[in-house]
Amino acid sequence: MDSESGRLHASGPWVLEHLEALNRRIHDLGTFQAIDASGITRLDAAGALLIEQLLCRGGLEADRISLPDEWRKLFDAVNEVCDGTHQPEPETPPKWREILEQVGRNTIEVRDNTLQLLNFLGLTMTRLGLLVVQPQRLRLTSVVYHMEQSGLNAVPLLMLLSALIGAVVAFLGATVLADFGAELYVIDLVTFAFVREFGVLLTAILLAGRTASAFCAQIGMMKSREEIDAIRTLGLDEIELLVLPRLIALVIMLPLLAFVATLSGLFGGMVVSILALDINFTLFFDRVEQTLTLRHYLVGMIKAPIFAAVIALIGCLEGMRVAGTAQSVGEHTTIAVVRSLTMVIVIDAIAAVYFMEIGW
Amino acid sequence: MNDSGDPVIRVRGLVNSFGDDLVHDGLDLDVLRGEILTVVGGSGSGKSVLMRAILGLRPPQGGRIEIFGHLIRDTDDARELMARRAGVLFQDGALFSSLSVLENIELPLKSHRPELSAQLRRDLARSKVLLSGLPETACHKMPSELSGGMRKRAALARALALEPELLFLDEPTAGLDPIGAADFDRLLRTLQQALGLTVFLITHDLDTIYAISDRIAVLADKRVLASAPLEEIERLDHDWVQSYFHGPRARAASRQE
Repeated sequence: MDSESGRLHASGPWVLEHLEALNRRIHDLGTFQAIDASGITRLDAAGALLIEQLLCRGGLEADRISLPDEWRKLFDAVNEVCDGTHQPEPETPPKWREILEQVGRNTIEVRDNTLQLLNFLGLTMTRLGLLVVQPQRLRLTSVVYHMEQSGLNAVPLLMLLSALIGAVVAFLGATVLADFGAELYVIDLVTFAFVREFGVLLTAILLAGRTASAFCAQIGMMKSREEIDAIRTLGLDEIELLVLPRLIALVIMLPLLAFVATLSGLFGGMVVSILALDINFTLFFDRVEQTLTLRHYLVGMIKAPIFAAVIALIGCLEGMRVAGTAQSVGEHTTIAVVRSLTMVIVIDAIAAVYFMEIGW
Repeated sequence: MNDSGDPVIRVRGLVNSFGDDLVHDGLDLDVLRGEILTVVGGSGSGKSVLMRAILGLRPPQGGRIEIFGHLIRDTDDARELMARRAGVLFQDGALFSSLSVLENIELPLKSHRPELSAQLRRDLARSKVLLSGLPETACHKMPSELSGGMRKRAALARALALEPELLFLDEPTAGLDPIGAADFDRLLRTLQQALGLTVFLITHDLDTIYAISDRIAVLADKRVLASAPLEEIERLDHDWVQSYFHGPRARAASRQE
């Protein structure tokens, strides 16, 4: 490419491969009145665009360029739709405004989310009421399927985790209580911890991660593939068909799982007590029998159905809120897990304070 | 360059199977430079499987595939070659749903042509949007905000981003209304001629077949029954071909032409 007497000579391959090099050389050019491109050996749409931009910069019409015939068609096609001007950089607002905007958005979102959850809770309760009146509407197969999926299949993992945490609590207690010569109270610690709190809390945390995400992704995929719409047009009710079986399955399974978790935790504590603290088997159970009352057990178990409902409802609700894209499924699955976890822990804390105050 | 007769894709003795289920058994196919080859066949005749095998998205169980004269040894080979020299338009467009139309087109440019300046890359992406017949306002839209026809055009724009010589289209007009489909056919023809593309086209759309294909390859009985211009294929003595090209829909399409 040389520029002499206002006529620009372009030659060689004008293709995507060399585009940036060409672009840089064009950048340093002076003015010109015409372009002689007869020396061009190869041209693609990217090269044609560059010529177009060159013409535009020189303020020239398309007839001021001479091109080999074989490339004319290509150039005309590009020339017809593109005008050689630059695509403006997308505007980005200043950072502080973005942050402020985000805070506002999030605040409104929190309000909307709470309303939506209450709304969904109400809707589900209405359908549940309907189910009590007409029990034959219950999708029993679906309920049993979800009991297996989110309940039974979680048992091995739950037992392992609870036993390990039981062992950890026992070790921790032993270290602290040994200073007072009160190793025996390790048993009290493990028993209270698991019967009142950890058994049900661990179960709920595990299910929030395992099941809330599964519910959300299942329903979210159905939503994005218009299956939910299909359910509606078939005169069926998506709450009755999808949400209630999951809710019922979880409300049945979570207390049972919590019981398993409590036993596993006690077992973990017992193994540590026997192996590391010289407490024998009989002593362990004697001590458990002395300290444990039905009331403690109820304080723990009463929370189980509430946690189950929270996990199932948030999982299903987030699934229903999925909008079309794969990214949306991911986003809402994350939200489902985070929100159900948060709710579980918040409710547990409130319950702990409440039961302490009423002296249970 | 348009009319030289050497095959861009040469498939010989291709065997594809799913378990015991044989999809292709000794399939031969040539795609010539600068032509639009339409692949037709009943549902389940393995049109998409053939395309995926050529693209290196699934390893075939046997046979040779040569692309641009290179023998493809494994799927990595094929993908390497295809990434720069071929563009693919998938059935639903397969646009990345988290990126805007412009970003979708910039993505391949960014990874394969990192030397391009941001401005030039944006200009290139925009030119592809315009070449595909989309309005300029579509640049910053997300795929979910586009209609079916616009999504196909955006996907075509992305397929053209790296200036491919070879274009694979999987049912480009499926799900479009007849007017939109006819527009898309015209666009394909225009671009194919202007850019000198070789096109491998899978379709069920008889209008598309009549309107833009140079040659037709019929997939039946686990192989390519014949590949020839439309008139020859229509005369072929085979049950499936006869009912395909002489059914009520085919007659309507050929009348239109």
